Amino acid sequence: MQIKVTINEKMMELEAPYDEFLMDTLRRYGFLSVKKGCNTGSCGLCTVWLDGKPVLSCSVLSVRVNGRNITTIEGVQKEAREFADFLVKEGADQCGFCSPGFIMTVLAMKRELSNPTEEDIIHYLTGNLCRCTGYQGQLRAIKKYLGVV
Amino acid sequence: MFTIQDYVVPGTLEEAYRILTAKRNNTILGGCGFLRLGSQRIGTAIDLTNLNLNFIEEYDQVIEIGAMTTFRDLETSPLLKGYFNGLLPQAVKHIVGVQLRNIVTVGGTVYSRYGFSDLITALLSLEAEVELFKTGRVSLENFLENASEKDILVKVIIPKTAKKAVFNSMRNSQSDYAIVNVAVSKEGDRWLLVAGARPHRAKIARKASLFLANSSLSSEDIEHAANLAISELTFGSNMRASQKYRETVCKVLLKRAIGEVLACK
Amino acid sequence: MRIVNQPISKIDGMDITTGKPVYTDDLAHGHELAVKILRSPYAFARIKAINLEKASRIPGVECILTYQDVPKTRFTMAGQSYPEPSPYDRLILDEYVRYVGDEVAIIAAVDEKAAEKAMKLIKVEYEILEPVLDFEKAIGHPSVVHPEGDVTVNMDIGMDKTKNIASSCKIEVGDVEAELKNSDVVVEGTYYTQAQAHAMMETYRALTYFDHNGRLTIVSSTQIPFHVRRIVARALQIPMGRVRVIKPRIGGGFGGKQTASVEVFPALVTLKTGKPAKIIYDRRETFACTTSRHAMRITVRLGADKEGNIKAIDMQALSDTGAYGEHAPTVFAVAGYKTLPLYGKARAVRYMGHAVYTNKMPAGALRGYGVTQGTFALESAINELAAKLQMDPAELREKNIIREGDAHPVLGETPEGKPVVLASSALDRCIKRGKELIGWGEKYPRKVVSDTKVRAVGMAITMQGSGIAGIDTASAVIKLNDDGFYTLLLGSTDMGTGSDTTMAQIAAEVLETTMDKIIVHAADTDISPYDTGSYASSTAYVTGNAVIKAAEDMKKKIIEAGAKLFGVDSEEIEFDGEFVRAINKHQSLSLDEMARRLISGEGKLQLVGTGTFGGDTSPPPFIAGFAEVEVDTETGKIDVIEYVAVVDCGTMINPNLVRIQVEGGLVQGIGMAMYEDVKYSERGKMQTDTFMQYKIPCRKDIGKITVDFEPSYEPTGPFGAKSVGEVVINTPSPAIAHAVYNAVGVNIRNLPITPEKVIMGIMEKK
Repeated sequence: MQIKVTINEKMMELEAPYDEFLMDTLRRYGFLSVKKGCNTGSCGLCTVWLDGKPVLSCSVLSVRVNGRNITTIEGVQKEAREFADFLVKEGADQCGFCSPGFIMTVLAMKRELSNPTEEDIIHYLTGNLCRCTGYQGQLRAIKKYLGVV
Repeated sequence: MFTIQDYVVPGTLEEAYRILTAKRNNTILGGCGFLRLGSQRIGTAIDLTNLNLNFIEEYDQVIEIGAMTTFRDLETSPLLKGYFNGLLPQAVKHIVGVQLRNIVTVGGTVYSRYGFSDLITALLSLEAEVELFKTGRVSLENFLENASEKDILVKVIIPKTAKKAVFNSMRNSQSDYAIVNVAVSKEGDRWLLVAGARPHRAKIARKASLFLANSSLSSEDIEHAANLAISELTFGSNMRASQKYRETVCKVLLKRAIGEVLACK
Repeated sequence: MRIVNQPISKIDGMDITTGKPVYTDDLAHGHELAVKILRSPYAFARIKAINLEKASRIPGVECILTYQDVPKTRFTMAGQSYPEPSPYDRLILDEYVRYVGDEVAIIAAVDEKAAEKAMKLIKVEYEILEPVLDFEKAIGHPSVVHPEGDVTVNMDIGMDKTKNIASSCKIEVGDVEAELKNSDVVVEGTYYTQAQAHAMMETYRALTYFDHNGRLTIVSSTQIPFHVRRIVARALQIPMGRVRVIKPRIGGGFGGKQTASVEVFPALVTLKTGKPAKIIYDRRETFACTTSRHAMRITVRLGADKEGNIKAIDMQALSDTGAYGEHAPTVFAVAGYKTLPLYGKARAVRYMGHAVYTNKMPAGALRGYGVTQGTFALESAINELAAKLQMDPAELREKNIIREGDAHPVLGETPEGKPVVLASSALDRCIKRGKELIGWGEKYPRKVVSDTKVRAVGMAITMQGSGIAGIDTASAVIKLNDDGFYTLLLGSTDMGTGSDTTMAQIAAEVLETTMDKIIVHAADTDISPYDTGSYASSTAYVTGNAVIKAAEDMKKKIIEAGAKLFGVDSEEIEFDGEFVRAINKHQSLSLDEMARRLISGEGKLQLVGTGTFGGDTSPPPFIAGFAEVEVDTETGKIDVIEYVAVVDCGTMINPNLVRIQVEGGLVQGIGMAMYEDVKYSERGKMQTDTFMQYKIPCRKDIGKITVDFEPSYEPTGPFGAKSVGEVVINTPSPAIAHAVYNAVGVNIRNLPITPEKVIMGIMEKK
């Protein structure tokens, strides 16, 4: 099926089978930042924004995003790099494979929550698994980035 | 691997229902959170996106939640935070992560009657009803217990009572599915004790609820009510826990939830 | 030091985090054949017939390969230096399938859909055999997992495959039985550790193609490019010179990618079809069809006098290597080699037993490599000994641990035949500092919080190694480029750890230059100098030493070249990283200018520095770990309130990256201790094969993590450094088990420590 989608503020016409998930379509069209970690909706690696909200692109059928807005990390590079700088300065980038989805969730959190506490941050990011860092360095980076004391 | 042969976005419920019943393997799409885990061969996938079923609305007697409302909507709804001690937001907030809760829908979960569901347990304690397009309004309890014809779940209807309610669950890893979950509600003398993820689907412990209503709520009474609930409900074993452990923990969670309800202001 | 021991950002950090296409699948051009594997539904069976008729008629199917299409030379997928200790016990596809998920056929098609469609149409007739599923019943089981006659070994590993014994091992010093007999107090316990999964975020994957020279090129998410080259060449029976392996960025490894689990499949497809091919394992295959940690049973006996002087340690072990013997003998042995020396005061120590074949997924290398298993057993037993002696477990350890300057025969033997001396250790300081940080004095053993909550503390210590002494080596090459910057060529494999960055730090430190002047290239077997790969806690220590040598060689060559240009002796030249100066002649030349002149017609000299290193010893890093938990006495739920680890990894090359290694390893260890359960169905199918069923810790599961350092100085290490990558995972299981014991009096000897086990233990006590 042909769908019209705005991806990173550009209108695109994509061809996607009915049973294809957004993550696979996005990778097929070259949005290679989108990673697949689990295939069961458990890891958060494939997080993109659908109409501004973070969703698992492995669980959204591509045909359902017809007429809607998708944002991947390719579309928010400036902001992503601002946060990535904090992450990298903690050494908490590590393998980086979970980072695009993680950063998309962090940036969504920044938009959605005002003055989040440490507990709020952890709750918002619970769906993002990471096997390298043990999460501590990520939390330090976020707190510095958001100015959370 | 699952497959979809055709896909439609109907403009009316009537049309959706007609397509749904036209062929055995035509299916309504919920949030699709679990779609890829199965090997369903879907004929026509029916997307209810255009039917304005994403709502949480308050009326004089009831609160209505549309089938396409996401768990994240429940979690963040100021309206729902204000009712039943925030039972519904509490019940869904532990489910995996924000990104999944932005997808999975009330209709998808309730219609699927998932045994592991936290939401269904909570809804049962509020004596919720479901509105099905063809069948009409039935109690959630009735819906869960009786297999029904293919239908479309339109909304969940919650009576606006003065119930005080508490949801509690046992999870080992915090983002895991519950090993067992409970919801307890109280309105005046009326108690409802519900347990789910046993791993069977949630059920009201009627005898225990009734006993508690007629008791003096002493710690012995509460203990007895929890014991009654364990004996009237069935528990099973699976990968997450044994039957025995589920029974042990369910009893503890019920006792604690009753205590918390009593402490609710 | 200007650059070493500084918290420098990872050189690839900004790009990998912001989504640049730098991982294996990102480098595919999209037209590779999709490679899928048909897998055995049975734990043990012989293939009687395979019918491909219908399957091969599916449009888009390029080839379907069965055991009849593969070379008949057995090999191992274990990434180890040749000659590998792991037995050559597998074929790419075999007539026998030995676990649920074992490979039956390789399907290559134009896309995944076609491949999957064809896969469903392959008809296989099996002769179903009785599987060996319980590793404790494997020895002497009527079924023999490897009945074939052509399994070979490179050395005596104590294999007796008719009894399902893959390998045997015995380490013994002194007379253990006599010392036990003479001990005032003896404790005995049997401990079980589970088959933990690596759960790296990037699943296994490789793509293969023939390059313009007709050479088989493999782009793979691997920790061991040079071993992959050799393994694939043997498996496919082609010369090593025809294979090239490229490692791009890797999305985590944890030892999983020290086994070449997937490369042979697309490689065979490319070899047969001449076409590019790609295989990507999904999460289920990653969980159920690759490798895991070896599940082990270890029975420990400890003997001590009344004062708590440990006299004897005896560890009898059994390891489940599953269907194939990848890393079986080495993981087994290391569980003893890196635990027995901890309590250096013991007069007699012994570690012995077998690794056995079963009809389950093969085990392999996983961070800790046996030491994790051995540490859980030994440290749990030490804690039980302390309880029996009614002695503070920290004090018991302080009394018995090996100290800097002590010799221990299990650490190795010098060329003169003497036991190796422990050259560096701050373990005593680690214990002392850890006690302070956790508040041991006031919190040990427990505090009752409420009717249903108890808080308690527990502890464990551990050691590991740094590289494999006398076997593994690494080389580094540094090239001076024509604008005065360097290329550092490495064969080590940064899998997210930041080793490319730390190696650049070492080079920049020696060459007295800045990080921006060092370009790192790793790894491509056609270009990179030989390195066994990043495993066995080797890169900082082994490759790090090679980089020092290469950088010093480069420095020497710069000075020599300067001397030639100035027409003076080398002794009269100074090099400060930026300028080459003739001491007496007041002549000087900037490095960039000199580099330009050297590669021009005037100099005709490409400067290349090289260095190779292999350790004579494997210096152990140490950790003292302390857990504070809160246990719900009615549900058994355990909350880790705080975990304290104090680490001696020698000098930290990069304190930030070291800290994250520690934090990440501790959390992986906490996962093993509490959440990561592995379950098989009765007929041998792994049930915990998704992140829904196999729970790695999430953000909410982790309490406060406190990491501190008490560095010693390792004289053989680069700038005094030792390893840190593996040792970090070892303490959580025993320390948390200990804390749970102190809280509710229940010894959990079978990992993971679940709420259910805790409650059942409490109920049994009542």
